[in-house]
Amino acid sequence: MTALLSLERVSKRFRGLLAVDGVSFAVSAGDLFAIIGPNGAGKTTLFNMIAGAIVPDQGSINFAGEPIGGLPADAVCRRGIARTFQIVRPFPALTVEDNVIIGALLHIRDVGKARARAGDILRSLDLFEQRNRIAATLTLPDRKRLEVARALATEPRLLLLDEVMAGLRPTESDRMVAILRSLNRDNGLTIVLIEHVMRAVMALASNVLVLDHGIAIAQGKPEAIVRDSAVVQSYLGAEPV
Amino acid sequence: MAAKTSASFADPFIRIAVSLFEDLSRQTIALLGILLASLLIVPWLVNDYLLTVLIVVLYFAFTGQAWNIMMGFAGQLSLGHAIYVGLGAYIAAVLFARFGIAPWIGFLAVIPVAAACGATIGFLAFRFRVAGVYFAILTIAFAEFARIGFDHLDYVNASAGLFLPVAQYARNDLWHLRGNPTMFYYVILAAAAFAFVVCRALLKSRIGYFWLAIREDEQAARAAGIDTFRYKMAAVMISAVVTSFAGVFYAFFYNNLFPEQVFNISRSIEIILGPIIGGIGTLFGPILGAFVLTGLAELLNAAMAAIGFDLPGAKQVFYGICLLLVVVALPEGVWPWLARRIGVSGRRQ
Amino acid sequence: MPIDVYLNVAVAGILTGLVYGLMALGLSVIFGVVRVVNFAHGEMMSIAMYLTVLLFSGLHLDPLVMLVPIAAVLFVFGYALQAGLINPFISRPEHSQFLLLVALALIIVNALLILFGPDARTVQTSYAFDSFQWGALIVDATKLYAGAAAIIAAALLFAFFRFAPVGKAIRACADNYTGALVVGLDVKRLYALTFGIGAACVGAAGVMMTLIVDVTPMIGPAYTLLAFVIVITGGLGSMAGALLGGLLIGVTEALAGLLFTPSAKSMFAFAILVLVLLFRPQGILGKRSI
Repeated sequence: MTALLSLERVSKRFRGLLAVDGVSFAVSAGDLFAIIGPNGAGKTTLFNMIAGAIVPDQGSINFAGEPIGGLPADAVCRRGIARTFQIVRPFPALTVEDNVIIGALLHIRDVGKARARAGDILRSLDLFEQRNRIAATLTLPDRKRLEVARALATEPRLLLLDEVMAGLRPTESDRMVAILRSLNRDNGLTIVLIEHVMRAVMALASNVLVLDHGIAIAQGKPEAIVRDSAVVQSYLGAEPV
Repeated sequence: MAAKTSASFADPFIRIAVSLFEDLSRQTIALLGILLASLLIVPWLVNDYLLTVLIVVLYFAFTGQAWNIMMGFAGQLSLGHAIYVGLGAYIAAVLFARFGIAPWIGFLAVIPVAAACGATIGFLAFRFRVAGVYFAILTIAFAEFARIGFDHLDYVNASAGLFLPVAQYARNDLWHLRGNPTMFYYVILAAAAFAFVVCRALLKSRIGYFWLAIREDEQAARAAGIDTFRYKMAAVMISAVVTSFAGVFYAFFYNNLFPEQVFNISRSIEIILGPIIGGIGTLFGPILGAFVLTGLAELLNAAMAAIGFDLPGAKQVFYGICLLLVVVALPEGVWPWLARRIGVSGRRQ
Repeated sequence: MPIDVYLNVAVAGILTGLVYGLMALGLSVIFGVVRVVNFAHGEMMSIAMYLTVLLFSGLHLDPLVMLVPIAAVLFVFGYALQAGLINPFISRPEHSQFLLLVALALIIVNALLILFGPDARTVQTSYAFDSFQWGALIVDATKLYAGAAAIIAAALLFAFFRFAPVGKAIRACADNYTGALVVGLDVKRLYALTFGIGAACVGAAGVMMTLIVDVTPMIGPAYTLLAFVIVITGGLGSMAGALLGGLLIGVTEALAGLLFTPSAKSMFAFAILVLVLLFRPQGILGKRSI
C-alpha cells in the first residue's frame, strides 16, 4: 500500500547545526503516527519542513504521491495537510467561531455555509457553547482544542499536531486523546503527532518514530519502541512506562 | 426575517442590505439612521463656510475609510497614501483641462494607474518581506518620489501648478463636477456612504475574514491555507483605487494642484489621523475621527480668529497633540471607548 | 565637465556626508539599543539648528563653540523624552511607538513654524566664504570644519561604547534585554541615557549643518527621511554602517545634484532606499537578523 506521507532522507542544517540528518519514514492513510525524542532532537524542524514553514536542504517529501518539499505553508495546507503549533496560536482578538470559520473558508466560499460547518466542528470538539468568546480569553486546553478545530475546518487528510498535550492535566489530556482517536477512527483522519506525554503516545499511536540529535534511532510499534535499548538510553530512562 | 413578499426587482438589493446590517444592534441602526438623515438635510441649515467644513470632514471620513482597508483590515501601515490622491487628482485634472473629458470617465482611467501603483508597492514590499515600520518608510519614499517627480514634470506644469478652468455655470453640472458647494457636498456624502457600505460588505465577506486572520497572525493564517500575499495585495490595491477617487474630487473641488501640496507627507498624515483617533480597524472609527478632528480644529480656528491670532501651523500642532493623546491614552481610538460608554455594541468589527 | 569639478563636488559630498553620518549615528544608536524608530529624529536636529541660529544672532557665538552646550541641551531633551514618554511604550505594539514619534514630529515642526516663520535663516560666520586649496582641489572652510568636527564626535562615540563602563552596559542592554535586567542593570535609565546620547549626536550634527545649509522648519522631516535612508542603507544596528551610509548618500547626492537638477537629488536617496530594502534589507554592514 502506498504511503500517504513519505519522507526520504530529509535533512536540514542551520548554519553549524545539523538539525535533521537523513530522516526517512512513511505514514499510511488512517495511521496514528507519533514522533518522540528528547528536546532539540529535530522534531519540530521536521514538522516545519512537512508543513512548508521551512525548506529542506536535502531529501524529498511526498504527500498523496506528489512532492511537496519546498512548497509554502499555505499551498501545503491547500493540498490537505493541516497543522497546529507548539505554542498555541489561535487568532487572539477574534471569537472562537470566527477562528474556525476562517479555516472553513478555505474550501467553502460562502460565509453562511462556512459558519454552519464551523458550528458542526465546534460541537464535535465541545466548544460550541463558547463560540462567541474571544479566543484570547480561553483557558489553555480550550485554546488547544480551538486550534485543532481550526485545523480540522480546512478539511485535511493529514493532521500534524505539535505537542498538543503539553500543559494539559491528565484528565484534559485523556479528553484530547479521546477526540483524536474518534477523529482517526470515525473520519479516517491520518494523524502525525509530536509528543512528550508517553501516556498519550501509548494510548494513541500505531507507529512510533524516535529522533535523537536529528537522526531516526528507532521506528516501529509502541510496545517494541519502549523496550528498545537505544531509545531507553537516549530518552525514556530505565523505568518502564 | 420578514415573510416573503411577491418577487420584485428590489428583492436582491433588499436582501443584501439586510444581510449587511442584520447583526447590528437596534441602537446602532438607529444611530446610523439619525446620522444619515441629519447629513442629508444639513445643507439647508448651514451657511457656505460651515458647508465647506463639512465637505472637508466627509472627505477625510472617505479617505480614512479607504486607508483603513489597508491598515485596519490587512494590518499594513501606509504613510504615503497621498500618492494615490495625487495620481487621481492629476490624471483626472489633465484629462479634463486638456481633453475636456468628464471626471467620471477620467476616474475610469485613474483606476488602473492607482491599482498598478498600489500593486507595485505591495509587490515590492510583500515579495521581499518588507514589513511593519520598513513598509511605512517604503510608502513614504514612494510618495516623496512622486512629489519630486511631478514637481519637475512640465506636462502638468511642474511646480507652477495645474489649474482647472473654472466656468461660471448658473446651475450645477454634476457630469463635469462644476457647481456650488452644495453639489460637492452631496457628491462626497454619497462617496463616504458608499465607502462605508463597501467596507461593511468586505468585512463580512470571505476576503474580510482572511484579512482579519492576516492582521492577527500572518504565519497562523498561512498555516490555515490562506495565500497571504494575494490578499495583502488585494487590500493594497483596493485601498489605492478607493483613495484615488478622493484625488479626483480634490482636483475638481479646489481647482488647483501643486505637487508640493498634493503629494506632501502632511497630506498622508492627515489621512491617517481620522482612523487612528477614531479607531483603526473599526467601521465607525474613521468617520468619528474625521468629525472629531475637523470639528475641534475649526473650533480652534474660530477661537483664535476671535482673539485675533493668526498662527499658521497652529492647526497642525493641534493635530499632533490630538494624535499624541490618543496614542498614549486611548490606543484603540475614540470609537471603541465611546461605543462602550453609550452602550452600542457592533458585533466583531 | 572637467574632472576637477567632479572631484570638488565629490569631496564636498564626503564632508557633508560625514555630518549626515553623525546624524544617522544618533538614529542607529537609538534603534540599536532602545529599539525605537525615532521618527522625530530630523525634527530634533532642526531644534538644534534653530538654537544655533538664535544664539549666533543673539550672542554672536560661533557654532563650533556652541557645539558642546547645544549637544548637551539635546541630550537632556532626549533623556527626558525617553524617560517620560517612551519608556512606558516598550511593551506596546511597534506601530504605537512609531505613531507617538510621528505625533511629536508634527508638533515640533509646526511649533518651529509658529515661532520662527517659514523663511530661511542662515548662520554667516566670519569664515563663511573662505576656502582651502590644494592643487585642483578647492574645499569650503565651513564644510571642512563641519566634517572634521563630525569625525571627532564619531570617534568619541565609538570610544565611549568600547571603553566606558556605562557604554558597555548599554551594549549589554542592546544585546540581551532580559539578561541585562537579570544582571541588575537599570535598563530604563540606560535606555534614557542612550536616547540622550543619540539626541546629542543629532544635536551636534545639527550645529555643524548650520554651517552648510539654510534653516527652515520643513528641513526636519526631510532629514528624518534622509537619516532613515542612511541607516537602512548602511545597516540597522551598525554604527560603522551609519557613517558609511552617510558618506555614500552624501557623495551620491552631491554628484546627482551636479549631473541632474539639484532639486531632484533626494530622488536618488529614495531610489537607493528602495533598492536596499529589496535586495539587501539588512544594509551594507548590517547583521542578517531582519
